[in-house]
Amino acid sequence: MRARVFVTLKPSVFDPQGKTIADALHSLGYTNVADVRQGKYFELDLDTGEAGQAKKLAAEVADKVLANPVIESYRIEVD
Amino acid sequence: MRFGVVVFPGSNCDEDALYAAKDVFGQQAEYLWHKDEDLKGADVIILPGGFAHGDYLRTGAMARFSPVMNAVRAFVDRGGPVLGICNGFQVLLEAGLLPGAMLRNRSLKYQCEHVHLRVDATDTPFTSRARAGQMLHIPIGHGEGNYFAPPDQLAELEANRQIVLRYCDPSGQVNDASNPNGSVHSIASVCNRQRNVVGMMPHPERAIERLLGGEDGRVIFESILHSIESAREPAVARAV
Repeated sequence: MRARVFVTLKPSVFDPQGKTIADALHSLGYTNVADVRQGKYFELDLDTGEAGQAKKLAAEVADKVLANPVIESYRIEVD
Repeated sequence: MRFGVVVFPGSNCDEDALYAAKDVFGQQAEYLWHKDEDLKGADVIILPGGFAHGDYLRTGAMARFSPVMNAVRAFVDRGGPVLGICNGFQVLLEAGLLPGAMLRNRSLKYQCEHVHLRVDATDTPFTSRARAGQMLHIPIGHGEGNYFAPPDQLAELEANRQIVLRYCDPSGQVNDASNPNGSVHSIASVCNRQRNVVGMMPHPERAIERLLGGEDGRVIFESILHSIESAREPAVARAV
């Protein structure tokens, strides 16, 4: 199965990269883009055919390595 | 006294740290490779600056899985003094040995410059020879030194006086203009609750000789020498 892990800074944490991208978009005339948050995206190819197990494994990897819980949160999709 | 300087793949201030301990302060000092499982009898551990394991995922994120970190953790539990400088500070944060996390500098630039610092805590092994409120002029060089802690943790750090150094202006005022990276409460250095682990973004090992532009980093090394010597005295007295 494949797990997709989306890691983003928590809403309460200032995102200097996202802010800079938002400012750049505004200067290009995209004034209706209210805000931008930048994050990381991981695709994990897993040796399991069971969705629950895949999700559990991806969550373990995200907790341990992919995300820093002090500043980041994550979301997982499996298929 | 014996310094142990941990070397991760990608460390690049390890030689400067060893040089400071050995050549400038005349102490014994040895490198500890990240795969080493013991600290070779070191009295103090320095995690130097650089880019441990390449910093590809997050700064310092992978270093905590290096075997040497198990020994460092046990050393910390025994009360041993550990100093993380720059990337070493980031490693200590990721390893959970210090509270908080680092974000990209708010400028999004790698900031390489001399900064002014105010010493706010002198009851750590690395600041014991400084005066409270003393100003230091020491260089920084980092892209991710924007210290962050959530509000409740920040309040705890302030209440426990775990903030060791803050960025300030030349007159000692802590304000937004003198904050080079956006760190909350202008934090440049914190310690753990037990106060034996200190992380700092500025590089004291780069400010120990006048030839290199200043000597304000010396007080960090003088403090550790003094702290370890004074901790030994009672043991000697007992032995007699």
